[in-house]
Order: sequence, then C-alpha cells, then structure tokens
Amino acid sequence: MLTIHARLVDAMIAQALNDHPVETCGIIAGPAGSNWPLRLIPMRNAAQSDNFFQFDPQQQLQVWKEMSARCEEPVVIYHSHTSSQAYPRRSDVELATEPQAHYVIIPTQHLYQAEIRSFRIADQMVIEERVRIVRQYQPELELQMVA
Amino acid sequence: MPITVIIPTRLRSLTNQQKRIAIEGVKVSEVIERMEQQYPGIRAKLIFDGSAYHFINIYVNDNDIRLHDGLATNLQDGDIVTILPALTAD
Repeated sequence: MLTIHARLVDAMIAQALNDHPVETCGIIAGPAGSNWPLRLIPMRNAAQSDNFFQFDPQQQLQVWKEMSARCEEPVVIYHSHTSSQAYPRRSDVELATEPQAHYVIIPTQHLYQAEIRSFRIADQMVIEERVRIVRQYQPELELQMVA
Repeated sequence: MPITVIIPTRLRSLTNQQKRIAIEGVKVSEVIERMEQQYPGIRAKLIFDGSAYHFINIYVNDNDIRLHDGLATNLQDGDIVTILPALTAD
C-alpha cells in the first residue's frame, strides 16, 4: 500500500494537468528504507512527447547524487498517461528499475478522471496496490516541494 | 589512482552488494570489461552489440557519455563513472 500526503497528490496532479498533452514525470524521494514519500521533484521530460517520457539524463544524475548524499531513495516514481488509462504499459513494466518504488500513474484524459493509481513492478510483474491519501504525517516528517 | 564506478541498486546483486567499485581503465569500455572479469554478468546488463543500452545512462563525472565518445570515452585517474537506469517508457 502507498501512503501519501494529500499535498503531494495534489502537486502531482497539478503538474500533470499543467504539462498535458505532454506526459509529465517526476519522483518523490524519502529516507532510504522508510517508505515515506516526502520530497517531490518534478523531472523534465526530455522526450516532450504525449505518449512517452524520459527523465532528462543530466537532471537525473544531479537528483540521484543529491538523494545519495541525503540517504534518500525514490519512494515514488510518477508519470502521466495523457490518452490512456492509468495502468502500466508494456514498456513501463519492462523498463521499471526500482523494485522498492511505488509507480504512480496520473491519467490526464477526462474520460479516466484524475484519479491516481499505484503499482509495484518487479521482475516484470505488475501488482496494483491501494493508495491511502492522508492529511498529515508524523510530526517529524517534513514535506518538501522542489521547484 | 583507479577509476571509481558507482553501481545502481538493481545491479548490486552482481557486485556483492557493493555500491562503489575501484577499478583500472583508460576508457569506459575497458572499465566495463575489467568489471566483467571480477563480476561476471555485469557487461550483459549494460552493453548490447557494442553499445550501451538506451535504458542505461553512463556518466563520466557529470558528463553523459552519449554526448562524448560513448563507450570509447577516455578516462583520467580519479574519474568517477556513474551507472544509472534511465527512467523512460512509452
């Protein structure tokens, strides 16, 4: 199950709608091993495509170095689907690389409503999981939105 | 001084869970060949038909090798080679 703060969900949806019809993408980092998504980092979609995303390689290196220095890992990896339902496509499954991550998909086509769905993807197996949206975390956990 | 290679989480099962590997080499391809000798199987995760997979990013210090000479990119003593899975999907 993915437990996630409502402000992070709102931020992901706002980013996805703002970028539509281009697919949006990003990560939410959290302390390694904690399973708490805290620090939302929008990523540039280097592909600038409506059916394809690719993290900008240069930005990805900087973000991954920063996470390593802060003892963080990508707890959530998110992207939008602009004309299909919020379910992993074949390439999402083949290229998923972080078995501990929650893969969140945000549909931006009105037919599918803006309801996020979350999946675990490991060894090319997809398992949908519940998303529990909460209004507050434990007091010591601090949210951060990276511009 | 050797080259430091930073291994992504997903490939650490091949490197005895080591995150950083110190290895000698004057080109990225040579470093990968030497890693293959010590950690068999790692080359096949990175290279196909003489090129790095499109879903693998390899950097020398802060530079993506695709923007330089690819696997033939030269290395200097003390360089850091970072391997990251490219996050991409269509």
